[in-house]
Amino acid sequence: MESLIGKRIPKLDAPDKASGKTRYIHDIDLPGELHAKILRSTQVHAKIRSIDTSAAKKLPGVHAVITAADVPWQRPIGVAKDHLPLKTDRVRSLRDEIAAVAADSAEIAEAALKLIRVEYEPLPVLTDALEALKPGAPLIHPEPHGANDSPKLKPGAPVAFAGKPDNIAMTFDYQQGDVAQGERESCIVVEDVFRLHYVTHCCMGVSGVIADFDPGGNLLLYSNTQVPFLHKREFAELLGIDPGRIRIIQPPIGGGFGSKLDIYPFEPIAIFLARITKRPVKLLFTREEEFLASPTRQPVLLKLRSGCTRDGALTFRTVETVHDNGAYTSWGATTPFVMMQTVSSLYRVPHCKYHTKAVYTNNPYAGSFRGYGNLQATFAVEAHMDRLADAIGMDPLEFRLKNAQAPGEVTPQGMHFKTCGLRECLATAAERSGYTEKRRAYAAKQSSADPVKRGVGIASMLHVGGGAKIYPSDGCGTILKIDDFAHVTLITGASEIGQGSETVLSQLVCEELGLPLSAVTVVNNDTDITPWDVGVHASRTTFIAGNSAIGAARKAKAKILGAAAAKSGHATEALEMRGGQVVLKASGEAVFELGKLIRSLHFSDKAELVMTTFYYEPPSKHQDKHFKGDVSAAYAWATQVAEVEVDTRTGIARLLRITGAHDVGRVINRLGIEGQVEGGIVMGQGYALTENLQVEAGAIRNPNFRDYKLVTAPEMPEMDISFIETMDGEGPQGAKGVGEAPAICVAAAVANAIENATGVRITSLPFTPERVYRALHGELDPPAWSIAA
Amino acid sequence: MHARAEIEFTLNGVRTRLTVPAEMSALNMLREELDLTGTKYGCGEGECGACTILVDGVTVNSCLMFAVDCDGREVVTIEGLASAANGEALRRSFTDYGAVQCGFCTPGMMVQASHWLEKHPGADAETIKRGLEGNLCRCTGYRKIIEAIEKVGSE
Repeated sequence: MESLIGKRIPKLDAPDKASGKTRYIHDIDLPGELHAKILRSTQVHAKIRSIDTSAAKKLPGVHAVITAADVPWQRPIGVAKDHLPLKTDRVRSLRDEIAAVAADSAEIAEAALKLIRVEYEPLPVLTDALEALKPGAPLIHPEPHGANDSPKLKPGAPVAFAGKPDNIAMTFDYQQGDVAQGERESCIVVEDVFRLHYVTHCCMGVSGVIADFDPGGNLLLYSNTQVPFLHKREFAELLGIDPGRIRIIQPPIGGGFGSKLDIYPFEPIAIFLARITKRPVKLLFTREEEFLASPTRQPVLLKLRSGCTRDGALTFRTVETVHDNGAYTSWGATTPFVMMQTVSSLYRVPHCKYHTKAVYTNNPYAGSFRGYGNLQATFAVEAHMDRLADAIGMDPLEFRLKNAQAPGEVTPQGMHFKTCGLRECLATAAERSGYTEKRRAYAAKQSSADPVKRGVGIASMLHVGGGAKIYPSDGCGTILKIDDFAHVTLITGASEIGQGSETVLSQLVCEELGLPLSAVTVVNNDTDITPWDVGVHASRTTFIAGNSAIGAARKAKAKILGAAAAKSGHATEALEMRGGQVVLKASGEAVFELGKLIRSLHFSDKAELVMTTFYYEPPSKHQDKHFKGDVSAAYAWATQVAEVEVDTRTGIARLLRITGAHDVGRVINRLGIEGQVEGGIVMGQGYALTENLQVEAGAIRNPNFRDYKLVTAPEMPEMDISFIETMDGEGPQGAKGVGEAPAICVAAAVANAIENATGVRITSLPFTPERVYRALHGELDPPAWSIAA
Repeated sequence: MHARAEIEFTLNGVRTRLTVPAEMSALNMLREELDLTGTKYGCGEGECGACTILVDGVTVNSCLMFAVDCDGREVVTIEGLASAANGEALRRSFTDYGAVQCGFCTPGMMVQASHWLEKHPGADAETIKRGLEGNLCRCTGYRKIIEAIEKVGSE
């Protein structure tokens, strides 16, 4: 039987999705359900003087109107537990939730919101991250807030947020070697400041949740979460109930991209309303609400200073960053954890120092988003690499190859690159794009009379590719059953969010068991059934859930072949599973039809079923308190070359082509991996060129697809993608993670290409026509970006 | 308070009669009154194309169309697209070419593709891109969608 690995396998869920049959959360209705809507603040920063819900409560069809006063037991949520779902006495951003309504219809709930009267007392507004660090700046969380009478579920579980005497939400410090020594050894030192903007996920399916309690107080939640098992615990803490009483069902999800890694207030609010009304409560966002109240990829101000020797060896690097955390702390605050890996370990840097502050402001708050800080870090590091190469008069490709990591390297930060295709990625992308020749030719034309210029730029990236041990466990469980008719049910903890994990996991299992894909059904969306998984994040599913699925399949195979050997008299080693049969390995001769063999086990005196479980925990380590350690079981690498066209009369920069080379370990599903890479590239293109969540004085000015510009079909670039197969020893069939990688280095490659085309280095994103035009006319972004110590 | 109107139209080949509030969109009628949830709400303002349907053979953003304006028309949604000349071929092609990831934009894409290929038989990639200008996809980067449509157009 032909191997399934590396083939173009259509997604198992595609036929349903292409027939309109798939039911997303928006398409599910429970009998007797109510519809909820949330009243949000109209003030950026204010004290809440009073809330009058009396008129709203009288509106026919309204079942409940709640404010913080109705849920005195609510607890703070989020990464730092600094965020109450319903605000008590203060709003800190325009998205803040003040009240919520459950009604017979969404229209009635909406009408009821308009009847709620809120009196505010405005407070000084803080919307600049640097201002937030100054002495005397308004404080965002000066007082404790949270539930006073909330029962403690377990000792130490926070019931209230203690407040903060300053606006610093989180800091990260990392150091390797001695940067002063590195500076002394440098013949050239370059310093740059980069400024990154807000973007948001724009999942095509808007956020939503359905909450329903049974009479015994058990909660059933239909949720789009990417981390169902972590959420069970968080919801349990929030409600003060045992996590075992919460069941989460994930309907097919209309896009994730990291947006669904945290709890957001709308989910607890729907749960509160369901608890109070004793009815199922469904809450769906509008698209405008999705823009206003979803997480963001946060703005980062990044100062980068590095040196190198005359022959181009990097000597040291220091990075200081300030992140606008927004008013509350979600995963965005923790992205420096990933950013510092790019700073310390994308290239060999002997001495390195990294400092970051995430600061509270009254802006929208920062979540996790595909790439997890790495788009920001890579944009800065890779633009800066070109600047350094330029400063010592070296070709950027040569400079990168000189400093590139290689297999076997253990970096000063402790990452062990057992496989590393960076050099092949660099060479392949450069060769296939004609980078070196084009770069020379385009640079020569910078001063020509033609107003339309072309340029090429190169950039690489490093990202976790074998999970990321940031929780006590980075594992995934699998339950596998093979029924009397040789049909496999693969029950996995790993969620499908459109990326194609069901298909990849099925391939891996079928490859082990010698079965066709049609022999597998995947169950992956119900916490009462599926075994534990940490969640869909960190590009980990193929690697972690894949290894878990293979483990369960191998156990099933051992059982089947053992039984076949006992029954047939052949040695176990002489047998294998192929084409739905147990066959002799050497000749391929059939020994048993698989279903028949399984039935004979079932209906024997011993009466056995073929059901196995496997739990895979990667051999990675937690970082120590100095952020040192081998956090992932494998690392992914990529290089992309961007070719752009810049019209100097208008400032319009167009991305013509991306030539990408990705070290993915091994291709499991060629169709799926191409889809991940192509989609990631276009998402990176949006980050570089078109997408900009415009936040002014705390307000989002473009909460719609008219003014927030996603890349459309006519704008997509040509894409030439090569896969570098380094066959990782720990990866399932040799594979490494790929989900985030393709989006990460596009913006840096585009920045370097624009420089090649025009001779102008632009250090802020996105490269809108206005920004490019101004830069071409000597008007760079305000230079006053010095970072407070 | 709500004016209602009785309308009658052909929906996926079946004569359909119902009474709808005057302010209801065609999208909400399909999803809420008729339980045809294949047509998606993506933005509600005609910017994303997830709610694309065929009305008298022409694609329309159903979020921008009043339900009452379906009266007397022929409406086809993703659920009825299989009866279009290229509907089944598109479903197969979207599957085989990897044009579906999260799938939320897929019904709108397919309805738009069906119409566009009727108008531009044998359309090349550039022509197809123009036809998809009004349909947003966040997952795929469009290439596989374009390839899937090109394949059907070339048959």
